[in-house]
This record gives sequence, C-alpha cells and structure tokens, in this order.
Amino acid sequence: MLKLPIYMDNHATTPTDPRVLEAMLPYFTEKFGNAASRNHSFGWEAEEAVDRARQQIAALINAKPKEIIFTSGATESDNLSIKGIVEFYKDKGNHVITCVTEHKAVLDSCRALERAGKAVVTYLPVDKYGMVDPDDVRKAITDKTVLITIMYANNEIGTIHPVREIGRIAKEKGVIFHCDAVQAAGKVPLDVERDGIDLASLSAHKLYGPKGIGALYVRSKGPRVRLTAQMDGGGHERGMRSGTLNVTGIVGFGKACEVAQGEMVEEARRLTDLRNRLQAGIFERLDEVSLNGHPTERLPGNLNLSFAYVEGESLLMGISDVAVSSGSACTSATLEPSYVIRALGVSDELAHSSIRFGLGRFNTAEEVDFVTDRIAREVTRLRDMSPLYEMAKEGIDLKSVAWKAD
Amino acid sequence: MAYSDKVIDHYNNPRNVGSFAKDEENVGTGVVGAPECGDVMKLQLKINPESGMIEDARFKTFGCGSAIASSSYVTELVKGKHIDEAMAIKNSAIVKELNLPPVKIHCSVLAEDAIKAAITDWRKHRVTDETPKKAESV
Repeated sequence: MLKLPIYMDNHATTPTDPRVLEAMLPYFTEKFGNAASRNHSFGWEAEEAVDRARQQIAALINAKPKEIIFTSGATESDNLSIKGIVEFYKDKGNHVITCVTEHKAVLDSCRALERAGKAVVTYLPVDKYGMVDPDDVRKAITDKTVLITIMYANNEIGTIHPVREIGRIAKEKGVIFHCDAVQAAGKVPLDVERDGIDLASLSAHKLYGPKGIGALYVRSKGPRVRLTAQMDGGGHERGMRSGTLNVTGIVGFGKACEVAQGEMVEEARRLTDLRNRLQAGIFERLDEVSLNGHPTERLPGNLNLSFAYVEGESLLMGISDVAVSSGSACTSATLEPSYVIRALGVSDELAHSSIRFGLGRFNTAEEVDFVTDRIAREVTRLRDMSPLYEMAKEGIDLKSVAWKAD
Repeated sequence: MAYSDKVIDHYNNPRNVGSFAKDEENVGTGVVGAPECGDVMKLQLKINPESGMIEDARFKTFGCGSAIASSSYVTELVKGKHIDEAMAIKNSAIVKELNLPPVKIHCSVLAEDAIKAAITDWRKHRVTDETPKKAESV
C-alpha cells in the first residue's frame, strides 16, 4: 500500500534510520554525560561513545579517528576549513581555487574572504555535465595558492567530479585540497588516501543520521594540515572547534556511517536501478525532457530533469503529494533560477523547468511508478496550458521572439 | 511557502484556458513576460467592435502557480467589462483577490500588463475604424 506524501528529496535531507535512532536514545537519558568531563563515569561513558563514533566515521572514509573534528554540520565544516586554512597559511599565500557549482557554504565562505581582503579566489567553470576539468585546476595553481576546494558530488545534479585526479594534482603541487563530501559520503566509496583529500566536510543528516551534527576530516600526516579555529572556547577537538560535544548526535552520526558502510554497495545498486526506472518511465511518456548533469558519473539516487515549456514550481504544485525540489527561481527568494543548472550552459528557461529527484534508502519501485505517472500527467496538463508549448508546436523558434519582459 | 486556497483553486481548475481559433475575428492577443524570467502569459480577449465590451477571454501561461492563478482570475475579471474598465484594472485587485505574498506580486503585475497588451493589440488590428462607444459608467 502506497503511503502519501512520498518523500523523494533525499539530497536535502534524509530520515533518520531507525537503527540510528535506537543507538542514540540512551544518550539522551541515562547516558547523558559531557564527553569532556574527565573525572566521573558519566563523562567516561560519553567519551567512549564519542570515540566509537569517531572510529565509525573514520572507517567510512579510510581516515584515522583522531582526524575527525565534530562540527554542527557541513556548513560549519566548509566555513572552518576554507576560512581556517586561508587564515592559518596567510604567510604562504592567499589564493583559493574553487568551482562555480559549489554549495553556497563554500562559495559564500570564499566571497567573505574576498570581501575581507584575505583571499583571491578563482572560480573554475564546469563542462556541460557539471564536471570540472582537472587540467583547469592545474593551470589555475600559482605560487600563492593555499587551497583547492572542490566538492565530491554536486547536490543538485549529482555529478561526481574527478576527485582523485584533482587530489593527485594538489599533492604534486603541494596545495591543500578540501572536498565538500556531504552528498558523496555513504553513497559512493570515498577514500581520503586514494583520493588525496586533505580536508573533507561531512554531514550526518544526508546519510540517515540526525540533523545538527557534522564533521570535518583534517589530515594529520602527509601533510599535517593545520587551521585557525573559527570558534574560540574550551579547546575541544584538538583546539580546532571548541564547544561541548553533541554526544547524541555524534553517536547517531557514527551509527549512520557504520550502517552506510555495510550497505553502500547493495544500496547504490538498488538506487541506481530505481533511478534508471524513473528516468526511463518519464522519457517513455514525455517528449522534450532533458537530463541535467552527467549521464554516468553521478550519484546513484540523483535524477535532475528539465521539462521544457513547464515552469518548475507550477509542476511541484501539481504533484503536491510528492516531495521533490526545483531549480526554478520561484522556489527561492532570489527570483534567480539555479546557478548550478545555469553553469551547465542550459538556458534560463530550462533552468526554470528543472526538477531534482533524490531517491533514498526508503524509496520503493511502487513509489517510483507512482511519481512517474504523476509527473507525466501533470507535465502534459501544464503543457496544454503553456503558451510556449503552443508556440513551439506551431514551429515558432522561441529564441527569435522579442519578449516584452519587465 | 503555502499557497492561498484561491490560488490552488485556480491552479487546479483554471478558468478559460486555451486559445481562440486563428480565424476568430475581433480578438486581441497580449503576450507578456519572457521564458528566461520564468513567466510568460498569453491573454486573448474577444471584444465587440461596436460596444467595446469584452465578450470572452482565453489564457495560456508558463509560470508558477501564482502566475497561472493570476491569469486565470483575470479572464474572469474582464469578461463582461468594457475595455475602458478593463484598462483601469490594477494589479492590486489581483493581489487582494488571490492573497498573493510579496514575492509573487510580479505575477499580478504581469497579468495587468497582459490585459493592456491584449486591448492594445485589438485596437491595432481592428476590423472597423469606428471607435467603440465609451463605457457608460467607469
């Protein structure tokens, strides 16, 4: 039996896995200690739980437990690594390399440094699939470059960057490489050694853990990465991030990583099948649908499509019992369509028409078929209502029309 | 953001959606907005050349739910009105009827523009040169 509404927005957040919740519960009540309390059993118990979680998280990305620094989430991890590196290595240089499709937490951290006169930032373009060219990274490096920050996989279009090559270039040139790995961790195999990653931002709620807890992997050897703390206080987390540890969140994060590590291969296969089923079903029933992102190098659960002549928000409204998201301007406060989709060279009109499906652990084939049907029927209805579809069917080239916009 | 019940109603049951036949006479067509802005409205008004009364209306809209609702509502609003009255319709009337939030006010502005564009187009392509009667009471 299908239960409505259907959640298919797993890039935004994921539900907490019941196994994760179960692991967390005792740490709200009987095991409530502060992990920094060194002189009684309540503190030791909490510290032990935190240590176990550190191991679980480290194991997922092939890191050492002490290299995991807990934060409030990936936004903080991105801020801490970018601002922390630029500030710490200011005598070495001030140049940062990133790319135009990064998450706002990365882009806005870079812009803040630029505004403060602390950094000069190069924003690399992406190809039509949203992939950065490692050669562009190489060419952008100067003797002032202190940081390369490129995400593992994009949150909107699912494109997976050639991270290993970028990591190799960074090593070769002696530049620190930060990777926002929020969407990739637990979804695709991530190995900080193999991939040459020096700093990685992680978030629990993207992999079936709780919200409000994240981590920053900070390499301890080859090279030992150092950074300037952005939060001053009790010197927790090897001085890189002060503040009492969110023990329940950390326990949940650890458990979520353990579950993900055990099930990743099987889950990726299942989600790829479901995603392909959704894509094939929609393409079979509708014409003039285009894929945004890379056809093969993409996250298993991601499908980003543009439905020509239909505005994204109106489509979301028509499928109100299905939770997905749109790159349309109208779903944001800015009235600008998705900067990620525009960076692919897709027209603004098609950016307005984009829908992101994010399949996750709890989606079923039955749900995929339901969503396919809802999308096909609603797109057809809205196209019947669309002056652009009518014009296109009459053979009018929409690009040749002199639009009277405000 | 939650939609008002009226926006949802117009979105689910749009009034007067479609286009008039190509050879239909006395029709003025207004197309406003631009695809890259995410909103295009096409409003068609069938206007009596003698009386200047709007006898029928059709719309097609590419845009968000509020844009669809604004244009759907406008077709209801102008039907049976004299063109002078229709020209005087302000976007604020649409905002009020549909309870549009500030971020959606541009949808109502576009709908107001569409009325003006359709009537202007009708005036340009009139079959007779005769000026229609003025509205009796505006």
